[in-house]
Amino acid sequence: MRKEVYITDYNCVTPLGFDVSSNWNALLQGESGVVKHKVIENQEPFYASLIDSEKLENEFQKHFENKDFTRLEKMFLLSLKPLVERYNLTKETAFILSTTKGNISLLKNQTTLPEGVFLSNLAQKLADFFGFKTKPIVVSNACISGVMAIAVAKNMIQAGKYKDAFVVAGDEITEFVISGFNSFQAIGTEPCKPYDKNRNGINIGEATAAVYITSELTQNEKFSFKILGDSAINDANHISGPSRTGDGLFASIRNAMTEAKVSAEKIDFISAHGTATIYNDEMEAVAFNRMELQQVPLNSMKGFYGHCLGASGLLESIISMESASHGTLISSKNFEEMGISQPLNIIKENQLAEIKYILKTASGFGGCNAAIVLEKC
Amino acid sequence: MKKTDICTIEHSKIIVNNEVIFENQTETFSEFAKEAYKNLALNYPKFHKMDNLSKLAFLASEVILKDEDHSRTALVFANKSSSLDTDFKYQESINSQENYFPSPAVFVYTLPNICVGEISIKHQMQTENAFFILDEFDEKFLNDYSEQILQSGKADKVLCGWVELYQESYKAFVYLLTL
Amino acid sequence: MENLREELKHKIIEVLNLEDVAIEEIKDTDPLFGGGLGLDSIDALELIVLLDKEYGIKLADPKKGKEIFASIDTMAKFIEENRTK
Repeated sequence: MRKEVYITDYNCVTPLGFDVSSNWNALLQGESGVVKHKVIENQEPFYASLIDSEKLENEFQKHFENKDFTRLEKMFLLSLKPLVERYNLTKETAFILSTTKGNISLLKNQTTLPEGVFLSNLAQKLADFFGFKTKPIVVSNACISGVMAIAVAKNMIQAGKYKDAFVVAGDEITEFVISGFNSFQAIGTEPCKPYDKNRNGINIGEATAAVYITSELTQNEKFSFKILGDSAINDANHISGPSRTGDGLFASIRNAMTEAKVSAEKIDFISAHGTATIYNDEMEAVAFNRMELQQVPLNSMKGFYGHCLGASGLLESIISMESASHGTLISSKNFEEMGISQPLNIIKENQLAEIKYILKTASGFGGCNAAIVLEKC
Repeated sequence: MKKTDICTIEHSKIIVNNEVIFENQTETFSEFAKEAYKNLALNYPKFHKMDNLSKLAFLASEVILKDEDHSRTALVFANKSSSLDTDFKYQESINSQENYFPSPAVFVYTLPNICVGEISIKHQMQTENAFFILDEFDEKFLNDYSEQILQSGKADKVLCGWVELYQESYKAFVYLLTL
Repeated sequence: MENLREELKHKIIEVLNLEDVAIEEIKDTDPLFGGGLGLDSIDALELIVLLDKEYGIKLADPKKGKEIFASIDTMAKFIEENRTK
C-alpha cells in the first residue's frame, strides 16, 4: 500500500507579486506580467514578463542581510524563506531544485567556468543557507522540469527515501536564452496568444516558485492536494520540434491518469503548456483529443507570466491549486479565436467552478513531456 | 535489482562489460568520437550534428542498446556539468556585438536532457526520461530513482547513466538495470 | 557565378555538419529539403544565420526561407540579388 503524498504549502515570486495572494488577486483582475521591455542593450525592445529589479532588491533587503547572492538566487531565497520557516528540516527532508539554466548569465565574457554556473553549486548554496540536511537534487529537463520535480518528490517519498520535500523552481531572463529563442524564430512580436489563430511565438518570462510536499499530514494544513499520478514520456521524434501526433504528451497524460485512477470525465481543469508557438499548441490539441479531454476547461498561463522555462511547471501548478481552492477558473489570457485543428475547451473568461481533479502538463526541448494529476482534499 | 551491460567511456577508450571494444590515441574527444562512430559502423548521420555531451551519451548507449527492442526501457541520466560545454561555446557566439551570430543548432544543445532525447529518437523509446544534476556520481541515487520506476511498472528496464563532459575531460558510466 | 554555388555547397556541408556527404553529391537543382540530405527545421534556421553571417542578408520574413532554400540554385540566385558582403 503506497503512501499518499500531498502538496500542503507553496509560495512564488513573479512580476505579479512576491507572494501567492498578490499573484492570485492580480490574475483575477486580468493583470499580466508581460510588458514591452528593453532587456538587452543594442537590441530592439520586446514583450517579456520581467520582475522589476529594484522592487526585487527592496524586498530582498527587507528579509535578508547577506549580500552575496546573484539576482536569481535572491528570487529563489524569497520564494523559499516563508515556506522553510514553517517546518522542521530533518535528515529525511529532500531539497529538489528545478531549473534549466541557473546562473548562466555569469558566463558572459568569461574564459573559464565560474563556480556559480554549476547547478549543483547553486542548489547547495540555497540548501546551506536554510540548513537542509540532505544532498540537493537538481532536475534539469528543459521546460518540463517544474512538473517533473513534483513527480520526483512524490516518487522518492513513496519509495521511502524521504518523508517530505521542498521543491523550488526558477529561471531568469538572460541574453543567453533570449538570443537562443530568437535564433529559433520562436519569440512572438506581441503579448503571446496560446491556441489562437494569430499566435506567432512565445514571450519569455522569469519567476521562482516553491512547494512543500509531505506524506504526513498534521491536520493543521490550510489546504492539501494529493499527487495522484505522474509520467514523463519522450516523443522520440525530434529534439526541438514536438511530435505531430502528440505521442509523448498523450502517453504521459494516459499514464498519469491511469496511475491516478481518474478518467477523462473526472478531470475538472487542465493547466496546459500553451507556449503560443504554432507547433506546440497544435501538438497539445492533438494529444488532449486523443485522451478525449477536449471538453475539459483548459488554459495556458503563458499570457500572464510568459514562458518561465524551469519555473513554469511549478508556478502554473501553484496557480492551478489556487484556482481549485478559490473555486475559480482563470481565463486563458489573450485567446480570441481558435487556431488549432482540433477542439479544446479554452477558458475565455474567469468563471466559478468546482475543481477537484487537476491535470497539469508540460512539454519541452528534447522531445520531453510531463503530466501530473492532483486532487483537492 | 540486477545491473547488466555496463559501458564505460573515458581516456579515449570504450569498455563494455570489462572488455575494451575500442580505443585510439586521438588528442581530442571530438576526434575520438568520430573514430568510434566509424569503428562501430553506426550509420547514423545525425550523430555528426550532436554536441559532444550527446555524442558521449549516444556512444555509451549504442553499445548497450544495440538493435534490440527497448520500448519499455526508461532513461535516467545525470551529470555535474549539465550542458556547460556547449553553453560555453554558445556564449562565445554572443559575446561580441560585432560578431553576433547565435546558432540555433548550438543553442538546442544548451540543455542537458537533449542527449537523452537523442537516444530516445534513435531507438524509438517513448519511455520515462529524466535528467538530474548532481555534485558527483551518485550511483545510489540513480539506482533508487530507477528502482521506483521499475517497481511502479512504468518500465521493465532502465538505462542508467552518468555522462559527464566538459571540454576534454569526460567520463560516461552507463548501465542497464532490471528488477 | 559557378564559384558561389560551389562555395555554398562547401559552406552547407560545414555548417550543417554533413560529414558523410561529398560536394559532388549535391546537385545545383536538387531539393535541399525533403531530398537525400536529411535536412530538418533546425538546418533551415541555420541557413538563415548563414545568409546573415556570410552574405550580410537579414531575412525580413523567415517564412520565405522555404522558397529561398529550395535548392542550391535558388539560394545562389537570392544571394546574388541581395548580398551586402
